[in-house]
Amino acid sequence: MARMTYLQAISDALRYEMRRDPSVFILGEDIGVFGGAFKVTQGFLEEFGPERVIDTPISESGFTGAACAAATVGFRPVVEFQFIDFISCAFDQIVNYAGKCYYRWGIPMPVVFRGPCGGGVHAGPYHSQNPEAWFAHAPGLKVVLPATAKDAKGLLIAAIRDNNPVIYLENKFLYRHYREEVPEGEYVVPIGLAALRTIGQDLSIISYGATVHLCVAAARQLEREGASVEVVDLRSLVPLDKQTILDSVKKTNKVLIVHEANLTAGFGAEVAALISHEAFEYLDGPIMRVASLDVPSPFSPTLEMAMIPTVDKILEAARYLLAY
Amino acid sequence: MTTKPLIDKPRLAELNETTLLDLLYYMKLMRAVEQRIERVLYRQGKIPGAVYSARGEEAIPVGSAAHLRPDDVVVSLHRTMGMFFIRGVPLRRIIAQYMGRKGGVTDGRDGNMHMGDLAYHIIAPISHLAETVPVAAGAALAIKMRGEDRVVYCYFGDGATSTGSWHEGVNFAAVQRLPLVLICDNNQWAYSTPLEKQMAVEHIVDRAAGYGIATEIVDGNDVLAVHEATGRAVARARAGEGPTLLECKTFRMTGHAAHDDARYVPAHLFEEWRAKDPIDRYQRYLREQGLLDEEKLNAMEARIEAEIDEAIAWAERQPYPSPDELERGVYYES
Repeated sequence: MARMTYLQAISDALRYEMRRDPSVFILGEDIGVFGGAFKVTQGFLEEFGPERVIDTPISESGFTGAACAAATVGFRPVVEFQFIDFISCAFDQIVNYAGKCYYRWGIPMPVVFRGPCGGGVHAGPYHSQNPEAWFAHAPGLKVVLPATAKDAKGLLIAAIRDNNPVIYLENKFLYRHYREEVPEGEYVVPIGLAALRTIGQDLSIISYGATVHLCVAAARQLEREGASVEVVDLRSLVPLDKQTILDSVKKTNKVLIVHEANLTAGFGAEVAALISHEAFEYLDGPIMRVASLDVPSPFSPTLEMAMIPTVDKILEAARYLLAY
Repeated sequence: MTTKPLIDKPRLAELNETTLLDLLYYMKLMRAVEQRIERVLYRQGKIPGAVYSARGEEAIPVGSAAHLRPDDVVVSLHRTMGMFFIRGVPLRRIIAQYMGRKGGVTDGRDGNMHMGDLAYHIIAPISHLAETVPVAAGAALAIKMRGEDRVVYCYFGDGATSTGSWHEGVNFAAVQRLPLVLICDNNQWAYSTPLEKQMAVEHIVDRAAGYGIATEIVDGNDVLAVHEATGRAVARARAGEGPTLLECKTFRMTGHAAHDDARYVPAHLFEEWRAKDPIDRYQRYLREQGLLDEEKLNAMEARIEAEIDEAIAWAERQPYPSPDELERGVYYES
């Protein structure tokens, strides 16, 4: 075990896979000489050389398409988007080329699209977004969002070894704010398994990504108030661990869903639909959601902090449900 | 507001002394404002997010914008602050914009140079570089459809020319012969990526060969050269002769943003380009022409510092936006 930040765990996974498997290579803007805008790939150029650490022009659609093609002929490319907001420039390649490739041709597409998502750092409308629902909606893509350093490592290794295109969304706030013991060397977290962050009887809070930590903080506070709260970290949206969700709901009978992406048509709606269909008789209250408001991410801190989920907003919804 | 509009002059020969001194004033104002933002306000924690500056690139927005008529349209970039001054956007609103306060150009919804205001015919950029080029072409299309003689400026950097959107926008403007002036601030670095990793041709204008438009390579550190070349491009656009690509060669004398120390840039390049500083060069020229002396220079610098002090004081008096406003204006209402 080694103590790592969330960011170091991502680097560790990438480095481990690149050392283990010569078919893995990385490409993106400023990832080589500069080591990446957030320094995830610092030192990679020196270790792996320019053939496997490719600095690209500002051409997201171009290098994404190139990675997709390389994936069909035996490589396992990992594409970095400098900020995940820029993935929209490559939307067509991902949704229409990568996502449909295996279904149409039977040709596997082992490619990872990774980059920093999320707000809370006052980066404005184009450096703060959470686009997971765009991709969860497109068949053929897997979507994972690690909340911890261990999962950041284990899920990235799993994503690289997966024979499908995987959208791997890392939270930029967690990069240097979250640190824990992470297994060294081989460590795989299978894609499609949720994790329980707290165990409880009275309320299930279902979340993923950075807001998992807010939910755990809220659960600790509610414990002090006498409630027993279970926090489910989905870790993977596609495929979705329906069993863990339903097991938790059938035990607690009350559900709060939390994500940082904005509310309307967010992934929480899919989880709510699943629960209402599969566990309707077990519910003792409405399925509630806490998410960002339906506005573009504003720059000014007063606006941004009012927009995104906070521990207080989660507590308010949780207390309402617990009293229901 | 203390900045004053420049007189639109199509040719350098017609520039009068006031205009020549205005070019210096706007370049110096831009540099002083950006220095204050980057080295004082940002470090004091008064500016959230990221700060981008255009140290060494001031001649490009200033020399080009001096040709704009009030009804011309500009699509801005994060390194074009001088253009905002020339258009008449009050400095205090720009400072408040950086601070994320009310009274800023976007009232805190967006930050730094991410701003536009159609009252000044300025269209805001987005972070996805060159997405503005098709937008600028569309603004020019509207002008052409109405039979007006207005022009559109579109500013972008060298890196933006690698995107598909840039090529789609330029091609559309070329096919439609739109009144568009494409102004490339070629500062040779896109974040850490140098030109040779951005493209396999030597000049940005080489890319235009595929589109059949007029091009010109300009010394981007010579404000008069930028002014002259832009004048020719504007004349072509107003005459219905279609778009022109101006490649203004310069050098980014900073990191990509305030958080980037630019260690990846070879130090000798900074040395070489410091000697070509557009403000120093132009000051020397004006002195040689007998248009500038120590007294005038001191007065100009004192005026600039006073204007900045006043703008910061005003901005700091503005409140931060209230969370009550957060959900307003996502959709057009009433």
